[in-house]
Amino acid sequence: FTKRKLDDDTLEELEELLISADLGVKAASRITAALAKGRFGKELAPEEVRGALAAEIARTLEPVAKPLPLRADAKPYVIMFVGVNGTGKTTTIGKLASQLKGAGLKVMLAAGDTFRAAAIEQLQVWGERSGLPVVSGKVGADAAGLAYDALTRAKAEGMDVLMIDTAGRLQNKTDLMAELQKIGRVVKKIDVDAPHATLLVLDATTGQNAINQAEVFREMADVTGLVVTKLDGSAKGGVLVSIAEQTGLPVHAVGVGEGIDDLQPFDPMDYARAITGAAPGTS
Amino acid sequence: MFESLSERLSSVLDRLKGRGALSESDVSAAMREVRLALLDADVALPVAKDFIERVKAKAVGQEVLRSVTPGQMVVKIVHDELVETLGGEDAQGGLDVDATPPVPVLMVGLQGSGKTTSTAKIARRLQEKGKKRVLMASLDTRRPAAMEQLKILGEQAGVATLPIVAGQTAVDIAKRAMQAGRLQGYDVVMLDTAGRMAVDEALMAEVAAVRDAVSPRETLLVADSLTGQDAVNTARLFNERVSLTGIVLTRMDGDGRGGAALSMRAVTGCPIKLIGTGEKLDALEDFQPKRIAGRILGM
Ligand SMILES: Nc1nc2c(ncn2[C@@H]2O[C@H](COP(=O)(O)OP(=O)(O)OP(=O)(O)O)[C@@H](O)[C@H]2O)c(=O)[nH]1
Ligand SMILES: Nc1nc2c(ncn2[C@@H]2O[C@H](COP(=O)(O)OP(=O)(O)OP(=O)(O)O)[C@@H](O)[C@H]2O)c(=O)[nH]1
Ligand SMILES: [K+]
Ligand SMILES: [Mg+2]
Ligand SMILES: [Mg+2]
Repeated sequence: FTKRKLDDDTLEELEELLISADLGVKAASRITAALAKGRFGKELAPEEVRGALAAEIARTLEPVAKPLPLRADAKPYVIMFVGVNGTGKTTTIGKLASQLKGAGLKVMLAAGDTFRAAAIEQLQVWGERSGLPVVSGKVGADAAGLAYDALTRAKAEGMDVLMIDTAGRLQNKTDLMAELQKIGRVVKKIDVDAPHATLLVLDATTGQNAINQAEVFREMADVTGLVVTKLDGSAKGGVLVSIAEQTGLPVHAVGVGEGIDDLQPFDPMDYARAITGAAPGTS
Repeated sequence: MFESLSERLSSVLDRLKGRGALSESDVSAAMREVRLALLDADVALPVAKDFIERVKAKAVGQEVLRSVTPGQMVVKIVHDELVETLGGEDAQGGLDVDATPPVPVLMVGLQGSGKTTSTAKIARRLQEKGKKRVLMASLDTRRPAAMEQLKILGEQAGVATLPIVAGQTAVDIAKRAMQAGRLQGYDVVMLDTAGRMAVDEALMAEVAAVRDAVSPRETLLVADSLTGQDAVNTARLFNERVSLTGIVLTRMDGDGRGGAALSMRAVTGCPIKLIGTGEKLDALEDFQPKRIAGRILGM
């Protein structure tokens, strides 16, 4: 590779690379500025530059890379899934449930999306794929009531984990956000610590609005962690860099396909390399 | 919330008040703010760059009228160009389904973008406002309960759906739907497809095969209005594979800025025909360039 001086033009190109990966202007210029520190004017090979850029991004993401903190004393450990419509909540439940079952845990699913057409049937198919019980109610029934019934049953049947699906909702719909709060309140009547985790599922194709999603869902629904889906597409999900900086919410897993095994731990360096196009092992 | 473009531009330009024509350097300073506003609104970078070049060419040398501030004037130039790029004042929202029946309409897009919901919304509208007899068919053989979802939406909307037969391929179902459409005298056959990533070669080949089998009158890309920079890749790749005729933008009831509208329109040249504004089946509206332009600019 021919080396090239790290000058203003190169930095602008790098900033544009980051903007095109959805980092947003602010995060993109902060990261390129950090890269330039101590390197400006030096002759560098393109691979070195990308590697250093990836390392810079990974530095921001590392503090939020944390596996789901399952607790053995919480029985069942209640995980609620929330997020905007179509981001991948139900699918992520299906994938994670399979992993938890594989780890030897007794898992139950609750079909808390009582609104969307065939949402219950969709979760039931996922339950069948892993041979897990799915608690469901009637279409249009109160989601909080369903969650209460599910937790009662999960406790009685000695489940280790209860995963509650919820209907997709846009964060600017206050009434729908209040409904999530109600689910939280109602499960607390059975276990004051429940839900032990509330996971916001973000779609990697979403642009800057994802920052607002993270902030509002955290504020209104006490989100404790994130899952980013659809990283198998051409979108890079760079908005996560700003979300990590601004909210500090842990990222527990990433979705990389529609299959049951397509859920992976969040690896900041892999994520950063995909954003910058740096080859593996370059930093 | 975002600072609106008007405020940004007036802080950059209003010191020029009453100084005659806009110079190249005045306009360049203003365009830096426009660029920021577009990128904050998720307009894809290459599209934002092209757009700015065009606006710049129009703005340089313009006389600043006594009645407005230079900031307001540039905002107007930017706004008008945005409306023009998005399809112009008198953009036509409707679908073209006036052909020999049954007229196939193919719905495509990424996973979870809103295809199935939009299929039912459009079918309902064609039936109620357009007085068409519509049949819907789900070609989604992959997502759990996808066919069931369309069937239930059909019941809610009062629109017929093709009976579900297990084990058929997407192409088989498309052909069966067209045949049912012919035999049973439907005017329009709406084909809902499985979500797919534009970089998924096998699935893109599948949707291209469906397109070849039925030659749709309309092929609509259903896209999330909250989409970020990837809007250009997705729109370009779908357009290359299945020749889009229009775009449906969903989740416009959210508080996203909707820059994807500009990106997708620019790379495909296809009109944005309809917008989804909610989960219910009547939440479908004609696309209005002016409304989206204002939103992108935070006005
Ligand atoms: N390619 C890909 N597709 C995914 C991924 N995760 C989910 N999907 C797909 O995205 C679509 C929507 O997923 P769902 O799980 O139904 O999303 P949801 O958030 O439950 O949707 P609502 O309940 O309607 O709000 C489905 O077609 C899934 O197969 C992923 O990581 N990669
Ligand atoms: N708020 C809002 N939600 C919408 C809109 N359009 C669709 N949805 C919701 O988005 C989610 C996904 O919609 P679907 O119609 O299942 O999307 P799809 O593209 O068919 O998904 P796949 O078949 O899995 O690829 C559902 O929860 C819908 O209710 C809209 O305009 N506004
Ligand atoms: K990707
Ligand atoms: Mg769901
Ligand atoms: Mg669908």
